[in-house]
Amino acid sequence: MRTTLPLAVAFITGVVFVITFFLNEESAIVGGISKQLLDWLIIIGGFTLLLGVVSILRVSWQSVERRKEDWIYKLITILSVLVMAIPGLLPESWSSLFGRQEGSIYDWLFLNLQAPMMATMFATLAFYIASAAYRAFRARTAEATILLVTATLVMLWRVPMGEAFLNLFSEEIPGLINRYIMGGVNLAVQRGIIIGAALGAAAMSLRIILGIERTYMGKS
Amino acid sequence: MPESVFGQEGESLFRYDRINALVAVVIFSFAILLFTKWAKEGKPLFLRKIPGLEAIEEAVGRATEMGRPVLFIPGIAELDEIDTIAGISILGRVAQITAQYETPLYVPVRYPLVLAAGQEVVEQAYIKAGKPELYDEDIVRYVAGEQFSFTATVNGYMMRVRPATNIYMGAFFAESLLLAETGNAAGSIQIAGTARPEQLPFFIAACDYTLMGEELYAASAYLSHEPIMMGGLKGQDFMKILIIILIIIGIVLVLFDSAETYLSWFEEN
Repeated sequence: MRTTLPLAVAFITGVVFVITFFLNEESAIVGGISKQLLDWLIIIGGFTLLLGVVSILRVSWQSVERRKEDWIYKLITILSVLVMAIPGLLPESWSSLFGRQEGSIYDWLFLNLQAPMMATMFATLAFYIASAAYRAFRARTAEATILLVTATLVMLWRVPMGEAFLNLFSEEIPGLINRYIMGGVNLAVQRGIIIGAALGAAAMSLRIILGIERTYMGKS
Repeated sequence: MPESVFGQEGESLFRYDRINALVAVVIFSFAILLFTKWAKEGKPLFLRKIPGLEAIEEAVGRATEMGRPVLFIPGIAELDEIDTIAGISILGRVAQITAQYETPLYVPVRYPLVLAAGQEVVEQAYIKAGKPELYDEDIVRYVAGEQFSFTATVNGYMMRVRPATNIYMGAFFAESLLLAETGNAAGSIQIAGTARPEQLPFFIAACDYTLMGEELYAASAYLSHEPIMMGGLKGQDFMKILIIILIIIGIVLVLFDSAETYLSWFEEN
């Protein structure tokens, strides 16, 4: 039963979604069923959020309780979860500081702490790109050299100063890079990967629908 | 663009404009079922080696020798993404190996549903490996719901704990390079797999092995060594050959300027 029921659910929902793809949603009952299933997914997802909160609080609390290494950060995590969640969950009617509207504690914390921290994290990507590019573009092999030359041309084409530099030689160069490197070689390879990935995803979906693939449930 | 030969969608129940997709689904399903049947009957099926998957056991072995944990990230997308399901499937195999070697495993996740599925899969893997006593519910942990909060947490873990092996399998976005470069700086051996072409260059630059596109979806079947699963992979290969033939026919027809009807068969309406 522990295996049969999930397999039956996977089969029925999979078949319903496949069928609805070939039917007009407006006129088909099945179209309504697929919409219902998507709504259920959102509702289940909302409830499972509690699982996540419990997990993060339990793991962090264990570290604090046992005074494990870096326990102070775990304490900050617990406090952050509570400080963000509690005022956000309290009704707005109690105070304008509660809820998630503009001017609330939640809103202030999000705009002034969480958003800048996430933006900072994203901004560090530039440095990571530089170090990865340095390693990838070292001209040790013929392939790496081709990569280096191609990347240099594309980078020159992408930045205004580089484009102005290329225009000194010929105004056609940026257009040629766009047409042959980005729209030719690059696009062909990307399409190859996308076709392969789409087939792989379809094959895996079929294996799941038919119950051949059970590894996602921990079964073989 | 020429109008599709299948016409426009009308008031009818069936979407005639999607007959081309239906034909493709039928051929594809038939190919997979046929190869699966052949595999069941014991017909030998050749599968090319995927170095990234061959390296998984070796990478876990390295972690065991070094006495350091294995970090596994099943992507940062929800469970309704096929990439995440593929990642979770591979997690089961990896967890079985870590259980056999008694190597610590750490699996941070971004969504509670992935947490539940991950815990189930890892628990089953530890039971299957005959080491249920080693299973800890906190092997799979929910760390943060926001993309960069998740990344910051995992990067912090990598730099503090320095796992010997990092495995990234699933859907990744802008955080792919942040994770892979940090892992590289931490000196971990890294194996990545994603079907997102825009993230592949980052993984290729920063990881030791990278599974590209379809290889991610093939991984669970490949690692299982079960003929019934491998049949699906051969069905996939058959479709690829068919697509290559169709592309070549299209090229020839376009060269002779007579491809209008042919191209309309493949149009999305």
